Amino acid sequence: MQENDPNIRWVDESPLSARERLYLPLFFEGLTTTLRHLGRSLAGKVVTVSYPDQEPKIDAPLIYRGVHRLNRDEQGRVKCVACFLCATACPAHCIDIVAAESPWPDREKYPESFTIDELRCIYCGMCEEACPVDAIELTSLYNLTGRSREEMIFDKEKLLSVYDQTKDKEPMRSQRQSTGSYAAEHNRK
Amino acid sequence: MPIVYIDDKEVHLQQHERLNGIQAAARAGVQIPYYCWHPGLSVVASCRMCLVECGKRDPQTGQISMLPKLVPACQTPATDGTVFLTNSDRVREARAMVEEDLLLRHPIDCPICDKAGECRLQDYHFLHGRGQRRADIKPFTSRKRSLGPTITLFVDRCIMCSRCVRFCREIAGTSELMVVNRGAHEEIDVFPGFPLSNKLAGNVVDLCPVGALADKDFLYRQRVWYLKSHPHVCAGCSTGCSIYVDQNQDRIWRLRPRENPHVNQWWMCDEGRYGWKYVHDPNRITAPCRRQEGQLKCIDWDTVWADLETQLPSVGGWTAVLSPFQTVEEAYLLAELVRSVDPDATIAVGPIPSQGRDERFPNGFTIRAEKCPNRIGVQTLAGQLQGELLSWEELKSRWKSQPPEGGLWIAGGYPASPWQSDDVEVARRARLLVVQELFPSALGAVADYRLPAAAFVEREGSYVNVHHRLQVFQWAIRPPRGVYHDGHIYWKLLGRPGLYRSAPVLQEVAERFLAFAAAKGEIPDVGVDLRIVQLAEPAETVMTSINSA
Ligand code: SF4
Ligand code: FES
Repeated sequence: MQENDPNIRWVDESPLSARERLYLPLFFEGLTTTLRHLGRSLAGKVVTVSYPDQEPKIDAPLIYRGVHRLNRDEQGRVKCVACFLCATACPAHCIDIVAAESPWPDREKYPESFTIDELRCIYCGMCEEACPVDAIELTSLYNLTGRSREEMIFDKEKLLSVYDQTKDKEPMRSQRQSTGSYAAEHNRK
Repeated sequence: MPIVYIDDKEVHLQQHERLNGIQAAARAGVQIPYYCWHPGLSVVASCRMCLVECGKRDPQTGQISMLPKLVPACQTPATDGTVFLTNSDRVREARAMVEEDLLLRHPIDCPICDKAGECRLQDYHFLHGRGQRRADIKPFTSRKRSLGPTITLFVDRCIMCSRCVRFCREIAGTSELMVVNRGAHEEIDVFPGFPLSNKLAGNVVDLCPVGALADKDFLYRQRVWYLKSHPHVCAGCSTGCSIYVDQNQDRIWRLRPRENPHVNQWWMCDEGRYGWKYVHDPNRITAPCRRQEGQLKCIDWDTVWADLETQLPSVGGWTAVLSPFQTVEEAYLLAELVRSVDPDATIAVGPIPSQGRDERFPNGFTIRAEKCPNRIGVQTLAGQLQGELLSWEELKSRWKSQPPEGGLWIAGGYPASPWQSDDVEVARRARLLVVQELFPSALGAVADYRLPAAAFVEREGSYVNVHHRLQVFQWAIRPPRGVYHDGHIYWKLLGRPGLYRSAPVLQEVAERFLAFAAAKGEIPDVGVDLRIVQLAEPAETVMTSINSA
């Protein structure tokens, strides 16, 4: 990307106003949120959820960052092209890919093995940002449990099965309206 | 002295230097982008990426007259008074146009292209290309075909710079590659039945500025940004090519030639390029062993240190057999070690592996029959220590007639066992036999102590090639768990303080032996010629120093 790229809009950080520099006004403004929640709970409208007795409601499943899934293309093959960009972007180094020549004539490279260490993952979502083909996504599955560390290392099959489980409720990014507008809409609510 | 003007800078050339515009600009710190030009190949000026404005300054009047058209810098000699403008609007526009044209037919499949990250097309696009693509061509998958046993061509990624074709004609002299079709349909190909299979074929992959030519051995394995490159020296033959070892997490993924005008220029042979596989062989010896009740039993290193410390002096009558795979420093420390327990210890040089005949290519690149990197180094050292050079054959015949009294330390480290049955028999006559080796062999099986050896990429020190050029290097990967490189072992047994580092040892060697005097001080990346000092010294001093050593 070049600095003079017309798609880049350069903005300057706005200077702090006198009120912001005084610090205390903003501090008390922040406190009001806490106080509002306190008032609500005292009034009997509890805001915390007693998980696991009670299932939390995920308001925005499409932008929630839970367990990963590997998407499939129209022919049911793994979409991933083994470019390693997610593994490169991953700050926790939890993605391990072994690439190989793909068995299909129309595709060049595919992941022979693709494993994510779900225990090591910090669920930052960098991998789905990095992916050039929308192959890896984070789902809204949050209650991830296992009996051993090995069980928590998800391989390609497991990640594909997560896709099969969630594909109806959570369509792929490329097949829905832009997440940006979704997030904006959600924020308005 | 000729003066060349690059933008607003002056470059002073040596009187008879013949540089082109790209090289002259590089002297001024200006990088002119280029694809088809390569310092080791003929100039075709076909890619037009290096176009610059050029003119001539009249020495009398100081007037500059510019050429009306842009000229390729790769083909324009930099002579006295030549003016190059490398960053004018016209030049920048020309570069952007070349980039745009190249990308019209390019698949832009960077995410799955192995070259991404070290691709000129990619780099130059960011530096000189347009921010946006004006043609509405979607990225596509490149066609590919195999050109030979080691090389795959991704047809659509090629930018037709013809470097690979020229390499096969001019350097390898085998001319397998050619350009077929014309215009926008031009493609690189081989003639049916004549695959690209010469012994230098791997170099075309390094030459290709884009991801068109791929090495089957490396294809899809790693992304290049994971690799760390270490300058090293190839141990495949006694040419001792300068190389880079590309490594990720102590696993080698590829070797690449490193430019060295005195040794290998820009090239290396495929034997060396793929000759590192044994380093990661699971059969490597990874633990020291001791003979107990006629059997080799693995022991830990603490036992080794304790045992050898008491046994080395008590056995006496030592002989050390240096290995041509050891670095000069390691060989020196081994000699020091045996001499420290037995001042009259014999120093010999182990077998020199050899295979076939020297192979010389048209441009002079030679693959040597001698398949070890440091024969000259250890032989010179042994000669200096001993006064005469004792080869393995001579040592053997000596021992056949008169069985040895004392201990024998054989520093092996051979990738393939060089030992014959009579070697084993003779060596076993020693009172204490210590063998270092990479893989279990018949000799190791009869040893009293069998210590694991390190592979060349795990060693640090210097190798002396067949032309007496000494090159230094550091270790590129750590040895497998349980293996120490020779330097560490000898350093520890000698009881020297701290950790083994090769540089001070080399200085010690250079101080002590005239034959290594050229290695004093900083050693440049291209190495030093050990004969320089020898030639400069009067013959008498050389003789006395050899005699006194
Ligand atoms: S294959 Fe590579 S080196 Fe050969 S012409 Fe094409 S771009 Fe140049
Ligand atoms: S480098 Fe000069 S034209 Fe290609």
